[in-house]
Amino acid sequence: MSSTTHELPERPASLAAVMGEQNVDEKGISLWAGAWRRLQRDPAAIIGGIIVLLFISVALAAPLLAPHQPSSVEWAGEVTPSSLPPASADHPLGLDPFGSDLLTQLLYGARQSLIIGVVSTLIGLSGGLVLGGVAGAFGGWVDTLMMRIVDILLSIPALLLAVSVAAIVGRRPEALMIAIAAAQVPIFARLLRGSMLKQRNQDYVLASFSLGLRRRTIVMSHVLPNSISPVIVQATLTLATAIIEVAALSYLGLGAPDPTVAEWGRMLVKGQERLASAPHLTLLPGICIAVTALGFTLLGESLREALDPKSRRR
Amino acid sequence: MTDTTDKTPDTGQKNIAVKDAGQKAVADPQPLLDVKNLSVTFSKRKGESFTAVDGVDFDVRPGEVVGIVGESGSGKSVTSMAVMGLLPRRGVTIEGEARFDGTDLLTMPKQELTRLRGGDLAMVFQDPMSSLNPVVTIGKQMTEVLHAHRTISAKDARDEAIDLLRRCGIPDPARRFGEYPHQLSGGMRQRALIAIALACQPRLLICDEPTTALDVTIQAQVLELLTELVRDMGTAMIMITHDLGVVAGLCDHVNVMYAGRIVEYAPREALFASPRHRYTHGLIDSIPRLDQRRDQRLTPIPGTPADTVPWSRACAFAPRCRHVTDACVTDAIPLEEVGFEHRARCVNPASDAENSTQTSQVMASGQMAQEESE
Repeated sequence: MSSTTHELPERPASLAAVMGEQNVDEKGISLWAGAWRRLQRDPAAIIGGIIVLLFISVALAAPLLAPHQPSSVEWAGEVTPSSLPPASADHPLGLDPFGSDLLTQLLYGARQSLIIGVVSTLIGLSGGLVLGGVAGAFGGWVDTLMMRIVDILLSIPALLLAVSVAAIVGRRPEALMIAIAAAQVPIFARLLRGSMLKQRNQDYVLASFSLGLRRRTIVMSHVLPNSISPVIVQATLTLATAIIEVAALSYLGLGAPDPTVAEWGRMLVKGQERLASAPHLTLLPGICIAVTALGFTLLGESLREALDPKSRRR
Repeated sequence: MTDTTDKTPDTGQKNIAVKDAGQKAVADPQPLLDVKNLSVTFSKRKGESFTAVDGVDFDVRPGEVVGIVGESGSGKSVTSMAVMGLLPRRGVTIEGEARFDGTDLLTMPKQELTRLRGGDLAMVFQDPMSSLNPVVTIGKQMTEVLHAHRTISAKDARDEAIDLLRRCGIPDPARRFGEYPHQLSGGMRQRALIAIALACQPRLLICDEPTTALDVTIQAQVLELLTELVRDMGTAMIMITHDLGVVAGLCDHVNVMYAGRIVEYAPREALFASPRHRYTHGLIDSIPRLDQRRDQRLTPIPGTPADTVPWSRACAFAPRCRHVTDACVTDAIPLEEVGFEHRARCVNPASDAENSTQTSQVMASGQMAQEESE
């Protein structure tokens, strides 16, 4: 190469002094690192993140935070059909109609929601990833087959499925998980498939083929990483729905049969009869459900924006 | 539907084929890539179909740079995609053969083709913005190819990739190695793409309009880089372009395509000095020239390509041709020898007298580019 040189001329020492040491990142900024930076600057993400963190730590640390045992109904004698004892130092939020400590119930309720919500979303996510991933990777008749399976799943009402599963396996939290997960599989499967099909037509996939990479390599290291971010976002949003659904199904009496297991949806049922005299019995778990769902939604939406290439400027 | 008259020239002539002075002498009579009667038909719904490439023949000898020129939709990209086996299977019919080193790429088992692609056979795409995976580092995308084709340790692959980036004129290659495509400029990305394509020292490099998405300064740099690398490695190259300037500066032989067929094949000098086909003539005529008066209008080729005129019954260029005759639209026009290694598909070809005035300028600029790169 004679006509052009790509080397910079030697810098005199004085110039180097003016320029200072050039700060060069050895590593580039990956999509996720960039998204993380943008999330830190987004107030909605911070609020959502704080709520989610709070929810998770309360759920994990419930035994440490709660003043009493969740199954304890030892104060049942203090409850009369028409009145509840007022809040005291021992029971900061008072008792529920069955004689349990309300604060304890709320704290342990977070635990139930988190476990069932996260597990069912994980099941739904993995089911959706498998169905959608296989459909997106192979296309053709495999795609058609997978999408018909998704259609079948979609045609089953979640509520009916939950009742049926509960009828078969008994009233266990697993019934809730399966029902909620079954409703989520189609969402993830369709999202991933659509996203992968879009990526498959990109030039870089064609370029990878022209470089002699195997289909497996291309799908795993090129198509999937580019298709996965909307699915991650959706998982965060779906977690919010899952928590609401857990509450709804428990409200209908489909959760654990033991009435002393604290669950926000169940607490609504318990407080329902005293709505007029003691509204806080339903209001507090209701607020817990709403705030948690809001937290996940805020986080999910900001994650979507942070991962969107169009909003990279911020 | 395909004519037989323009089949491969007899081997005797090929053996004595001597390239122009200053070019690589080609002693090997065996072409590296021999495309014969290649047709690509896309079927649409309701049984309709569209033939994008219609009986194309060309060959590429080892170390040779062959140009394929034509306007949008003339089938140049489809030709290259068919050769690389990159067209979708569904709705596409590919006929003919494309022999690479003696074996037909079109009927080759998939695994073998996968091994060949990226190894002996590589391709540089048009748009450097979309041809790199945005979420994978440049380095990963390079080493991936090395690992796919060779048994090589991660460290060696890294060293080799960085060295290749440096050779492709990327400053600070060790840093670029760890960066993502969006951190590179367009020209830099095209250099990275070229580096990736050349990673395994292919014997044939297909460049599908590698400079179209770049600005003129970068275009010149990238072309210069390509010429130099290809010459150093002894790689043969197919340069697909719609830019006659690129052809003038780079190619040894040129195929001009129009509406899915090759209308003229010529050595570079002959193409610019004495284009025979009226389409080639019109293309060269429409290039603005430095010695032209500024108020003088350019001479365009009127109209746009129409796919309603079938090559099987007429010259598809006839509706736009200023010199159309009755003979142009009565029968299929064969590709005929009109000079040494020079073939044209025209019944009323341009004469030397018509050509004498127009070509000096283009040729001169092409030569300048060539000399500069040497």
